[in-house]
Amino acid sequence: MTFNLFVGQVLNGLQFGLLLFLMAAGLTLVFGIMSFVNLAHGSLYMFGAYFAASILSHTGSFLLAVFGSTACMFVIGMLADRVGLNRLHRRSHLEQVLATFGIVLFCNELVRVIWGSAPVYMETPEALSAAIEFLGVRYPSYRLLIIVSGLAVALLLYLMIERTRLGMLIRAGASNREMVGALGVNIGKLNRIVFALGAALAGLAGALVGPILSIQSGMGEPVLILTLVVIVIGGIGSIRGAFLGAILVGVVDTLGRVLIPVWLRAMFDPAIATAVGPALASMLVYLMMAIVLAFRPQGLFPVKARSQ
Amino acid sequence: MVSQIKRSLGVLVLAALPALATAQQQPVKIGFLATLSGPAASLGQDMYDGFMLGIENAGGKLGGVPVEVIKEDDQLKPDLAVQTVNRFIEKDQVDIVGGVTFSNVMMAIAKPLVDSDTIFIGMNAGPAPLAGERCAPNFFFASYQNDQQAEGVGKYATDKGYKNVYVMAPNYQAGRDAVGGFKRFFKGNIIGEVYTAVNQPDYSAEIAQLQAAAPDAVYVFYPGGMGINFIKQFRQAGLLGQIPLLSVSSFDGSTLPALKEIAIGAISGSFWGPDFKNAANQKFVADFEKKFGRIPSQYAAQAYDAAMLLDSALKKTGGNAKDKAALKAALREADFESVRGTFKFNKNGFPVLDMYVFEVAKDEKGRVSHKTLQETLPGHSDSYLKDCPI
Repeated sequence: MTFNLFVGQVLNGLQFGLLLFLMAAGLTLVFGIMSFVNLAHGSLYMFGAYFAASILSHTGSFLLAVFGSTACMFVIGMLADRVGLNRLHRRSHLEQVLATFGIVLFCNELVRVIWGSAPVYMETPEALSAAIEFLGVRYPSYRLLIIVSGLAVALLLYLMIERTRLGMLIRAGASNREMVGALGVNIGKLNRIVFALGAALAGLAGALVGPILSIQSGMGEPVLILTLVVIVIGGIGSIRGAFLGAILVGVVDTLGRVLIPVWLRAMFDPAIATAVGPALASMLVYLMMAIVLAFRPQGLFPVKARSQ
Repeated sequence: MVSQIKRSLGVLVLAALPALATAQQQPVKIGFLATLSGPAASLGQDMYDGFMLGIENAGGKLGGVPVEVIKEDDQLKPDLAVQTVNRFIEKDQVDIVGGVTFSNVMMAIAKPLVDSDTIFIGMNAGPAPLAGERCAPNFFFASYQNDQQAEGVGKYATDKGYKNVYVMAPNYQAGRDAVGGFKRFFKGNIIGEVYTAVNQPDYSAEIAQLQAAAPDAVYVFYPGGMGINFIKQFRQAGLLGQIPLLSVSSFDGSTLPALKEIAIGAISGSFWGPDFKNAANQKFVADFEKKFGRIPSQYAAQAYDAAMLLDSALKKTGGNAKDKAALKAALREADFESVRGTFKFNKNGFPVLDMYVFEVAKDEKGRVSHKTLQETLPGHSDSYLKDCPI
């Protein structure tokens, strides 16, 4: 593999990782602060994509589609928490898993009722529909937009968490939520904002993938599984963990898919390599998760000063 | 001379008797099974719409007798499909079972259908074993054998003189069959053979490898959402229009509404296109568009042919679906106007097909559709026929 191709593949890994980060940031906060296992996070991503496609087809403005869809998801996150999800916070994790899995099935059918069972079309903005020269490789310009947006969101989140009062409460909540509540902070309200923020980020991820992926019922599940892997590897409740974990998973998954078949072909019969390669490559991130869980069950970059 | 006329009249009356008797007959019961929920629901829905349109065009009846269609969803679950088929046979006592979208479902229900000698009309899935060693006299596929389309595209790639082709498919049986069928008729080199995870959303890494390999053409099999993901990303990498993109079952009537202009220029192999000029097809396409407001897909066309096939066979048996031997013989004759032009069964119950390649292009109304490019394999029988012991 040439150096240029390698650079291109690392960019692909980075782009995939940043997309996972948008998902993981929200999920890890909800999980870490509210101790709420939300399997329906993938459905929020799916709704984000559908909203963006609908707004784009009605207004023709890509920017409006992305921001509008993100804002819609923030409001929906607020409402969902207020209407019923907050009742689940105090339940056991198993009950949360069952309830939110039910919500996943419901949402998948709901989008079919609203938008039909055929996949929905979303155009790539004209200015970003081709490939450009970047670091010596031809790279799709739309994917560069995803990389830039992902990095910008990461920076904004970092500033918010480290520099604002809300961020301080979130950090405190992730470390010890009972103590934060005892100090007079309205944990219910904090939870609602955190949940809505997570929903908005998932919606943003969905809106951004609209032009590269098929928008269809059930599109959230494959992403949700990788997102769970990311937060397990990164450490639950940690934004920094979600960021580094997401990039690690993105790069390892992408390079694994490319390199493992090549290495196998060099060592074994081509027939065996084509049979085993794809299976092995798709297992790679799960293997990584298993190793992390065995040696550092708290994740690679856990929240510091967690109540022991 | 007069006595001859009298005798002929007598024969005519006798011939008409069964037809008169059918007026009091029970309706023909058909169990329709397809995937009608989940991500692939649009395929099953198209099949159902095509089949019901066929019945409607035959006067709301098949072969002059009323029909009762029992519609069931298999949810793409083979175990559920087997239960449903058993219920069709034992409880509903259907005369005919039809439909089936996916090959794994088809393989699961083959045994109960063979054991009960229930007549089955396939409207999409055509797995290799049922064309070869496990072929059965009660199976009639109004669709195609899975490999046939891939074989046509392989021939096309050879005819175009492509030397180096890069192939990609999802890592499961149908993906490997689609590549196998292509290789059987492609005489050049395969410079890359990549199998991706089933339902993988992102192909950026694979597309970068493909680009580096600089092939003369790319051949893919990515049904449903996978095809949409692939071609969007292939285009954003600046490759669509640069490297010819050949495909089967990827950029078809089920995905074009979500792709529109994005897929223009992609080549796909099939035996039917909405622009076929024969009278049966023009009527079908016009009626379908009028009724459903969209261009029919190949899934709808196959199911429509299935209804026309049943109509012709039931006419021959005078509407009698209980005499299985007679109905099978009538079905085997396949004496109907197919939307694909000609239609003939091989002994394994799969059709002999004229294979074509199509280009995704705008039709005369400015909608994105399939345009016939050229014929690849005329009168093409499937590759498993020789293994069929019938």
